[in-house]
Amino acid sequence: MLRQDGSFFLTCMELLRNSASVKTRMISQVFILSSKGDHLIYKDFRGEAGSDVVSIFYEMVTALTGDQPPVVMSHKDLHFVHVRQGGLYWVATTTADSSPFTVVEFLNRLTALVKDYCGTLSEKSVQMNFALIYELLDEVVDYGYVQTTSSDVLKNFIQTEAVSSRPFSLFDLSNVGLFGAETQQNKVAPSSASARPIQSSREQGGKSEIFVDVIERMSVVIGSNGVLMKADVQGEIRVKCYMPSCSEMRIGLNEEFSIGKSQLRGYGAAVRVDECSFHQAVRLDEFDSHRILRLCPSQGEQTVMQYQLSDNLPSAPPFRLFPTIERDNGGRLLMYMKLRCDLPPKTAAINVCASVPVPKGSVSLSQELSSPDQSAELKPQSRAVVWEIPRFPGGTQLSALFKLDVPGLSSASMLEVGPVGLSFELPKITATGLQVRFLRLSPVQPGPSQRWVRYVTHSDSYTIRV
Amino acid sequence: MIKARLTLFRLSAATMPYLGSEDTVRELRRALCNPNVQSDQLRYRNAILKVIRAMSQGVDVSGLFSEMVKACATVDIVQKKLVYVFLCSYATLNPELSLLVINTLRKDCQDPNPMVRSLALRNMTNLRLPSLVEYVEQPLTAGLKDRAASVRRVAVLGWAKLHNLQTNSEIDAAVVNELYSLLRDPDPVVMVNCLRALEEILKEEGGVAINKPITHHLLNRLKECDIWGQCEVLRTLQRYRPQSEDELFDILSLLDASLVSPHPPVMAATLSLFLSLCPGVPAVSQAALERVRGPLLATCGSVSREMRFTALCHIQLLLRSLPGLMGAHYKRFFCGYAEPAYIKQRKMQVLVELVNDDNVAMLLDELRGYCTDVNTDTAQAAISALVSSCVILCGLGAGHIGRSYSDRCLEILIGLLGLKQEHITSAVVQTMRDLVWVCPQCSDTVCLAVEGCEETLQDGQGRQALLWLLGVYGERVSSAPYTLEVFIDGVRCEASLGVKMELLTASMRLFLCRPAEMQDMLGRLLHYCIEEETDICVRDQALLYYRLLHCGIEETRKVLQGRRSDPSLGVLIGRPAEPISQWACSFNTLEPLRQGAMETESASRGSPEHVTFDPKRNNDPSDTLNCGHDEEALHSGSDSAIVRTDSTADVLGSSLTVPLSLSVSPALSPEEFELLWLQPQVLHTEQGPEKMKADKDCVCVEEHVRCPEILHCSPQSLQAAMQLVNIQTLAFTPPHALPLRVYLYTHTQRARVAVTPHSTLILGELLYTGEGNQKVGQVDGGVVVVEGREDEQMKEGEQATADGLSGRDTGRTDREQDGVKVTLKQHPRDENALKGFLSILTTVLHTLSSESD
Repeated sequence: MLRQDGSFFLTCMELLRNSASVKTRMISQVFILSSKGDHLIYKDFRGEAGSDVVSIFYEMVTALTGDQPPVVMSHKDLHFVHVRQGGLYWVATTTADSSPFTVVEFLNRLTALVKDYCGTLSEKSVQMNFALIYELLDEVVDYGYVQTTSSDVLKNFIQTEAVSSRPFSLFDLSNVGLFGAETQQNKVAPSSASARPIQSSREQGGKSEIFVDVIERMSVVIGSNGVLMKADVQGEIRVKCYMPSCSEMRIGLNEEFSIGKSQLRGYGAAVRVDECSFHQAVRLDEFDSHRILRLCPSQGEQTVMQYQLSDNLPSAPPFRLFPTIERDNGGRLLMYMKLRCDLPPKTAAINVCASVPVPKGSVSLSQELSSPDQSAELKPQSRAVVWEIPRFPGGTQLSALFKLDVPGLSSASMLEVGPVGLSFELPKITATGLQVRFLRLSPVQPGPSQRWVRYVTHSDSYTIRV
Repeated sequence: MIKARLTLFRLSAATMPYLGSEDTVRELRRALCNPNVQSDQLRYRNAILKVIRAMSQGVDVSGLFSEMVKACATVDIVQKKLVYVFLCSYATLNPELSLLVINTLRKDCQDPNPMVRSLALRNMTNLRLPSLVEYVEQPLTAGLKDRAASVRRVAVLGWAKLHNLQTNSEIDAAVVNELYSLLRDPDPVVMVNCLRALEEILKEEGGVAINKPITHHLLNRLKECDIWGQCEVLRTLQRYRPQSEDELFDILSLLDASLVSPHPPVMAATLSLFLSLCPGVPAVSQAALERVRGPLLATCGSVSREMRFTALCHIQLLLRSLPGLMGAHYKRFFCGYAEPAYIKQRKMQVLVELVNDDNVAMLLDELRGYCTDVNTDTAQAAISALVSSCVILCGLGAGHIGRSYSDRCLEILIGLLGLKQEHITSAVVQTMRDLVWVCPQCSDTVCLAVEGCEETLQDGQGRQALLWLLGVYGERVSSAPYTLEVFIDGVRCEASLGVKMELLTASMRLFLCRPAEMQDMLGRLLHYCIEEETDICVRDQALLYYRLLHCGIEETRKVLQGRRSDPSLGVLIGRPAEPISQWACSFNTLEPLRQGAMETESASRGSPEHVTFDPKRNNDPSDTLNCGHDEEALHSGSDSAIVRTDSTADVLGSSLTVPLSLSVSPALSPEEFELLWLQPQVLHTEQGPEKMKADKDCVCVEEHVRCPEILHCSPQSLQAAMQLVNIQTLAFTPPHALPLRVYLYTHTQRARVAVTPHSTLILGELLYTGEGNQKVGQVDGGVVVVEGREDEQMKEGEQATADGLSGRDTGRTDREQDGVKVTLKQHPRDENALKGFLSILTTVLHTLSSESD
């Protein structure tokens, strides 16, 4: 019971709380700041605190030392909760009793809405669309209480049109291949095709399109002996809808899809996840029998299903590293790295970036890379060698030799080498094997409409110990 | 068209920063008044846009109020909205002009378009002008009955705004009734807004009435609400107390689905509600915690870092009660290499708590990896995490496994010293000092490791730690005198006061065990400090040591060789589980997220020795002689626990409004304690405090505390618990011996408004006699030390005759069978402080005994 000296505090506070009258929890102000501290948006819902809090916040957030968590900060009776998205500070001031889950979720939701309406999240898009954002805030929050964040409801109220920093055009984005996916129409959608304002479909005669993205994030730890120590996958199915009239859509998942350990289905390799949760608008009456999700998508982006899988990946981890690290006679550090990509042939990882921590004081790097499109660089700031591979086909192996000059290299310094962190993108691949079998819209859409299904696996954190 | 507008935008953005705010306003006014602009809707709207942009950039555009009022009368909804944004920001500065708007607004309230109606109504109430209240009431009343839900939503909250504008006016019962009836509105947002509005309007009366019908109505409609509404409803229901157990379980089963909701806010709000609905049923709360494990872990892997952090902080809360909750899922708390430092540090804190036999090898490996993180804060946090897990392993202790892994921990730490990195070495040495304090069995390894560290150490804290180790374990570190010599030779250039003080003490201690090597350089050091040092504290301490040496070597030894370690502190880290009620009230508030900030702050400075060398305290040099209080703050970080004694749990029922704080400094050595305690003393002060010694300031109290099971808790945990509230235990009988006896002391401090801070010294004895389950509590009035002038004050102190125990037998029979007799002595007399202290003590004892159940 006695955990810290504050425990009596708590007991007493509890008593005080019970006797005290109602504590309301609401958002007092919302403001958006650029990373340089420029005021972009400021909205006061309650009129209880002055606008000077904006500068106070910025001073506090820039003065934080490394070990102070930034998310919640207090100034007198005022509490700042903020999230960082798109290089901006999204801040809400609130009371101590507020639920941090709610406030953080609200801010995240607000960023998502702004992204939906403005197309992208950046200082520029916020600046250009400030009138729209004020309008949004006005409808989303009244007197500090969140009214609605559903884009379906909001679309009836929002009148201002979004201003895109560059008008949307498929031709601009023809450098396809970031992650395009095959759909039934066997066409490829550019990855940024969905980065546009939702309203443009209504106003500018945009095509009616729907995107179903299966996005997975892997976090993996591989031990120095090559043993897989941890493998987690967090996945979600996101629907982004630009259809003016879509009453229902059905998403069919793999029939073998199973949740938890017990129920194995089908004969093939099961697609298994540990836990799974759905958006409340999803109807699951056909899920148990046929693995079909039914929903009425609202305009904009929504996460339809979230799932996670711990350990027991169905396939081998995508990358293996075979490092050899030694000191040569001249006091240089030699790192010979072999990186193997265990993806199925015909697929490839893109934007692979390996960051190898090196001893402090490393001065210069010379490198031998196995192909010209790769690059490597010593970043003294982050004390790492960053090895970038734009495209890495499955079933192949790349190697690199890094020679580092480290004055005063000692055997202990070798401890500072590693663990290697990899970041990458695996288009058209899901680590769990989850696939969308079909995507049906009803009623059948009049006119041309496009349905896109895209898969991508990102590295949340992929660590290989050396 | 779009292109044209874009150009306009760019122009304005480009030109504005170069204009002073006055020029800007003039420019804007010209544009707004230009009839050509006014006639072109698009140009007019753009001019208004520029005003709003200037406003949000912080330019004062309040001078344009009248122009903007004119712009309000338009059919263009976008323009209307923009103007309203402006008007609501500046209305309070221009109450008269605002009256002009009200007509437009009232007209809009009649508009056939519900969007216009709700817009007008919302902004009418957002103007925040008390003078407009009379114009607003009528449209608001109509708004409650509007056929469009969006208007009703606005109208309901409008009443709350109105109420807060004129808080002292009477509450209109009709409105309140109307709001209550709107709880049955078909629109869920209207329903939730009614809850919100009633909470605000009826704040004085304790908020909206939550009775059984309302509760069940709200629960039944929970599914219709979106997540924000659900959170609001769940939170309001926290005030409800079910009338029967059946009802309670009905409610709980209704809420089960929300408990595992994929939306973190709903999950958290539901758990909060569970905890407040059944505080008396720990099994239910525990089951609920296990149920939320999945969703909480999922939240820990959320894309949003802020959400991850929030979940981590709350997991830490949960772990306080159910340490085993996440044991199997420790891998979820491995740090991603790209995560920000604050998340990594939180994860490490959690990881340390999850150490158990099965995962220890993996965990140590993982933590080792973090120690060389690029971010120095993260690296240092990882090192202290390693040490904490090492301490836990030592605590698991006797077992072979614990032993071998604590060796592994040390191995890792020693490996890190080889890196010769300044910040790492400093962190390692500091944590090693803390480690040997808690786990003396590690001292051999540590002694070997610290040799040669001094070259890499730059910062004061690290060097202080090294000096402390050299002083205390000097006889085992062969190079210790040479290391000290380097420090002594450089003392002239030493900037840190703390290092100098530590150097003095370390040299003295080392001199005691290795006189031949030390004699010469100690002489030089003392000479320098006494003759040349400018800082009074250092000089005083040097003088003191000098005089001490004159008293003879034995005296010096007695003073300087205090305790080297305090294994009982290990208990603090392998803490026992707390009851859930302890943190339930802070769950799902900002508290847990801020707490961490305070903890890390204190952790970074709180190590045993710093307290001793706080210059402010060293005005009294005798202070530093008492090694007794070294341990005061190893992990507690703060010196005093402020206790509000108005807790109703207070046994004495005393109600104090002045906060009482306890502090163990200035420290009291066992000898001093004994002296004070044994001084002849007037017995039975209860009968007449006035019979006390001439200074009247002392008081002696006996009290019985009902405290079953006290016998079963180990002296270590008792000591640890007492230290948490800043009560120092000085001596106790061996475990399970009878009678059980504990001696303790503390200082109380009460901040009084007009008077100088008032402090008293309390000495106490706890006595538990007899197998026959008779415990007798005895309280002796205490001796007080005012403002650190211990010496004189203590002499005046009162004493309890230690053998007064015999007289206590009388009390035995009529007391509860399992009471502890507490004898307290206080000086000077301050009954309120004494009562406060007693209630703290009682709580501690109760806590301990409930734990050992």
